[in-house]
Amino acid sequence: MSTTVAERRIAVAAQRKHSLHRSRMWALWGSYIALSVFVVMFLVPPFYTLMTSLKSSAEISAQTGSPWLVRHPTLENFWYLITYPNFQRYYLNSIIVTILTVVVSMVISVLAAFSLSRMGFWGSQTLSTGVFLTYLVPPSLLFIPLFQIIGQIGLINNFWCLVLLYPTLAVPFCTWIMIGYFSSIPKELDEAALIDGAGYLQMLWKIFIPVAMPGIIAATIFAFTVSWGAFLYPLAYLYTSNQMVLTVGIISDLIRGDVFQWGKIMAACLLASLPPIVIYAFLMDYYVAGLTAGATKG
Amino acid sequence: MADGTSVPIDVIAPARVRARRNTMQRFAQRRSTTGFLLCLPLILLIAAFVIYPAFYAIYLSMLNKKMTAFVGLGNFQFLLKRHTFQLVIFQSCLFAVTSVVLKAVIGFILAHLMHNIPGKNQRIWRGLLLVPWVIPLALSTLTWWWMFDPSYSAFNWVLNQFGIANVPWLGVGWTARFCTIAVNVWYGTPFFMIMYLAALKSVPEQLYEAAAIDGANTIQKLFFVTLPMMRNIIAITVLFSLIVTFADFDIVRILTAGGPQDMTHVFATYAFQIGIQSGDIPLGAADSLFMFPILAFAAFFVLRGVTRRTKEIAA
Repeated sequence: MSTTVAERRIAVAAQRKHSLHRSRMWALWGSYIALSVFVVMFLVPPFYTLMTSLKSSAEISAQTGSPWLVRHPTLENFWYLITYPNFQRYYLNSIIVTILTVVVSMVISVLAAFSLSRMGFWGSQTLSTGVFLTYLVPPSLLFIPLFQIIGQIGLINNFWCLVLLYPTLAVPFCTWIMIGYFSSIPKELDEAALIDGAGYLQMLWKIFIPVAMPGIIAATIFAFTVSWGAFLYPLAYLYTSNQMVLTVGIISDLIRGDVFQWGKIMAACLLASLPPIVIYAFLMDYYVAGLTAGATKG
Repeated sequence: MADGTSVPIDVIAPARVRARRNTMQRFAQRRSTTGFLLCLPLILLIAAFVIYPAFYAIYLSMLNKKMTAFVGLGNFQFLLKRHTFQLVIFQSCLFAVTSVVLKAVIGFILAHLMHNIPGKNQRIWRGLLLVPWVIPLALSTLTWWWMFDPSYSAFNWVLNQFGIANVPWLGVGWTARFCTIAVNVWYGTPFFMIMYLAALKSVPEQLYEAAAIDGANTIQKLFFVTLPMMRNIIAITVLFSLIVTFADFDIVRILTAGGPQDMTHVFATYAFQIGIQSGDIPLGAADSLFMFPILAFAAFFVLRGVTRRTKEIAA
């Protein structure tokens, strides 16, 4: 009698385990299917960009059959852009502006974060809060007074104004990320360095920067993203093609009146999105870690 | 703030104590001076290009169009009476609230789906889902514009295959509004997903086990374990996104430039149109300043959430 009860119990337990396993499997497959649906929806625009960029103007305007597929793939759009002086100019301007913005932003924010996380001075707490609040100021709030100010400095229609303005968008968040990373470095390390006779800058250079490298990478990617993709400032402050950067250059150059050269526009979008995509493909983990740490830590 | 540098003074000979204290003081002073100097570039940058422009905006908004006379709050009154501006207020709020709610809900679902699948596969799926967020928004909006194009619309082709008539995507007010929101949701959802995924991962597994032992089902676990544990991050992400979405410029500017009949204008695009394109700088400045109260409101709560979160982690 007792053995049968025990057996039954074991059988029930096994069955339950089995059904648990099965429901787990269902949840797993359900998740995969649902995620696939989302991935397809999310990737429709990039896919369509690629398809259009491979079409000739004749194929685009012919309008026969599905617009989602390309029948006579051609690289003529890409070739046209690569050899098109204006497009080269935009690309070069974007690269110059971005590199300078990243360097300026990182220098400013690493120095400030080092100071704010380690050397308290009068008002440093308020300054940290202030830095975070500046991060929440969107570019569209101040672009009109900045238009006047840039005009007074004489930098309207000069891409150097972007090198001045982009850091205001990048520095607050970069500083914020770096404060988080620097604060997590144990104080014993600074003490050891101070005892060994290192100065503050040596300490920053030899200890803080190497230890907080993941944070530096995350902040650099953020500064890069802001500067490469910004649209409002260049649209408002630049108007001749020798000064334009990619985001505005593509729109104002390839759209002339009512003539849309869609094949070329899409190829240009693809070429312009390439640097961010490559960077994210390799360094996504650092960026996501920095971003989520920024939100969870501070 | 000389922590870590304090030396047990009583072990040093009393004669030296004074000299030592002096150097200590000098040291502390030097430390805070260095600290201030290191922050100086940041302070100058923010003062010159954030704080000064903010006050300058208030000054500008009180001038007349030629910027020759002071008109007080005239520009604000003028804007509020204008029908177009009333549409702008309505559309900005509709755009921001609808987009943020949709992004938060879809992002939450996606985060849960991602959390279900094994860790080693998550990376590739996350990479694929983050693509919309990686492409510069101005460029991906161009693609959306091309897909909504009136004569060659790729969406209309799909609809036609199912025997549905063409939809004038960007040509009719409410459809155009829907399109701007859809593009914003497409772009912003990945950000919510990674934020919520990080938050989900930080919920201790024991809490779910304890809930399971108490007989909680999936929905109860969601409402009594997951949501309370994620409450703070949800609040921070939503409010932060509210700021960004409310101040959005790229999508509306490229997709519709405010049309049809000014029905899709938001504060930023309207300010651009009247301030930069029509050259009425004071009116444009007044228009963007209307964003300030709601941004300040959201910023206040973001800051409060962040401070609380920091304390929670420290505790």
